[in-house]
Amino acid sequence: MVAYFLRRIALTIPTFLALMFLTFAAIRLVPGDPVEVRTGEHGMSPERLAYFRHELGLDQPVWRQFLDYVWRLAHGDFGVSLSSQDKVLTEFLTLFPATLELSFFAMLFAIAIGVPAGALAAVKRGGFYDQALMTISLFGYSMPIFWWGLLLIMFVSVRLGLLPVSGRIDLIAYSFDQPTGFMTIDALLSNQPGAFLDALRHLILPAIVLGTVPLAVIARMTRSSMLEVLSEDYVRTARAKGLSPTRVIGVHALRNALLPVVTVIGLSISSLMAGAVLTETIFSWPGVGHWLIDSIGRRDYPALQGGVLLISAVVILVNLIVDLIYGLIDPRISHAR
Amino acid sequence: MPAEAVALTNAIGDDAAAVLAQPSPLASFWAAFRENRGAVFGLVVFTVIVLLALTANVVAPHSPIEQFRDAVRAAPVWEAGGSWRFVLGTDGDGHDMLSRLIFGARVSLFIGLSVMCVSFIVGVALGLVAAMAGPVFDVAITRLMDLIMAVPSLVLAVLVVAVLGPSLANTIIAVTIVYLPNFVRLARASALGELNKDYVTAARVVGVGPLRLATSTVLPNCLAPLIVQAALGVSSAILEAAALGFLGLGAQPPTPEWGSMLADSREFIRSDPWIVALPGLAILITVIAINLTGDGLRDALDPKMRRG
Repeated sequence: MVAYFLRRIALTIPTFLALMFLTFAAIRLVPGDPVEVRTGEHGMSPERLAYFRHELGLDQPVWRQFLDYVWRLAHGDFGVSLSSQDKVLTEFLTLFPATLELSFFAMLFAIAIGVPAGALAAVKRGGFYDQALMTISLFGYSMPIFWWGLLLIMFVSVRLGLLPVSGRIDLIAYSFDQPTGFMTIDALLSNQPGAFLDALRHLILPAIVLGTVPLAVIARMTRSSMLEVLSEDYVRTARAKGLSPTRVIGVHALRNALLPVVTVIGLSISSLMAGAVLTETIFSWPGVGHWLIDSIGRRDYPALQGGVLLISAVVILVNLIVDLIYGLIDPRISHAR
Repeated sequence: MPAEAVALTNAIGDDAAAVLAQPSPLASFWAAFRENRGAVFGLVVFTVIVLLALTANVVAPHSPIEQFRDAVRAAPVWEAGGSWRFVLGTDGDGHDMLSRLIFGARVSLFIGLSVMCVSFIVGVALGLVAAMAGPVFDVAITRLMDLIMAVPSLVLAVLVVAVLGPSLANTIIAVTIVYLPNFVRLARASALGELNKDYVTAARVVGVGPLRLATSTVLPNCLAPLIVQAALGVSSAILEAAALGFLGLGAQPPTPEWGSMLADSREFIRSDPWIVALPGLAILITVIAINLTGDGLRDALDPKMRRG
């Protein structure tokens, strides 16, 4: 078990190194003078150019520059954003809770609806409900979510006026400290009446938009996994024993059917981050995805470089943790590799 | 002989005849594909979209980049004030929506198909090399693909476009890089599965060279899952490219690209909903049609991969 853990952790080291190389190489490929790209300043005097070239280490050989870059990253130095002059890591850590909160509620929405819907479809296989659900899920995973977000804003927010169009909370009505960065928790801590509900209302549409594709995938996965389990002997035994159908389906079948579903949920972190970029852009949600796109518009390459690196690092780490947990849950996995 | 027995012998005879006159692979594939009504529907819709894209010059009522200054944001025909001159209305710059949507099909299909072709060819080549050229290549290629998979798809595409600059060609490059690992991993895994089989050993024994072994012995037996992946990859590529267009990082105006049309439409969300609704609907219909076709392809080519 320990050997498996160590091996699995060691396997991520080359991935991290390659990721550093990718972001290192990317910023070198940006057309234009490398000093100007990194400082955002144009038309510098030759002395100033030479000064920055030395300051940024650009007069060093490339391998040396890369080692310096890795060294700085290892010490938590992800560069300085050109537009805000803040450290990239600080900016990322300030914005990341917003993305995390949105992703959490999106997954909550997807699981809370997808699992029961998929299980029900499996039980009523071939019936009207099953076919309707499969059709809806086809729409779900084919959906351009940026359009879906605009449609929801158009109908729910603009036409019906039910939910807010953008942001995390009504900044005019509420103001409070944000010790955790999670708006719902901070709203609860602030003790301001209505703040928590307002934060939730701001979350509904973005969470639905970000959760739509995972919802479709989870519903399909649950359905097919459930179909497999329902034909197993132990389910027949449970039925033969005279257990109620609800108990057979809810306890004996669903619990065993959920393992592949959990796998899918674990693996969807990467696509969730990709979806967050779009969702945050549509709803002006102040998270890391919105920040990443903004930094391109501002030609803020250090922020872009650091942002891509940090978002990918989060994904790699989450996948690592998911793998390690599987090793714990299912001993077959740790022995196989 | 009793009647049942006669019927039985006849049936066996029929079977034997059927075995003798085996249908061509294409015919049996079509027979399996036709069973799936959704897939046939998807294929029909997809064919219509392809035809529209091919004949856009003839079918589209106007030029996609001509601006009708006298009819900015004209209503579509079913709304009050709509006219048959602009069936689906015009956008904020006075472009005819219908024409832009039809030409947009050309752009989207071009992106989807070129991404699919390039990532299929490069991916299969890399996958076969990884499987057959020894452990050094295998580790290098597998690690590289792991890295690409570790970066969220859109984030990687955004990085590529941010570095290379936004354009149609760079969109294709970015999305190709994103979808490459799917083909590499699939080709590598299928090739590894085939390599242990007797027919490959037999080919080796008679002295078939490595290149020929890879391309004409192993590859044909790995094709089924790769074709399915390619078909479904087209729809993902179209979605990804539209997302880049929506973020302003794809094809640049006035290219009629569905994603960038949506981005330009955001300011009309209150006043002219059709400008927002139509481009997305075009994306959704195209993607659904391709996904349905792809699902049918999978069921027909490889019954083991059926979704149940």
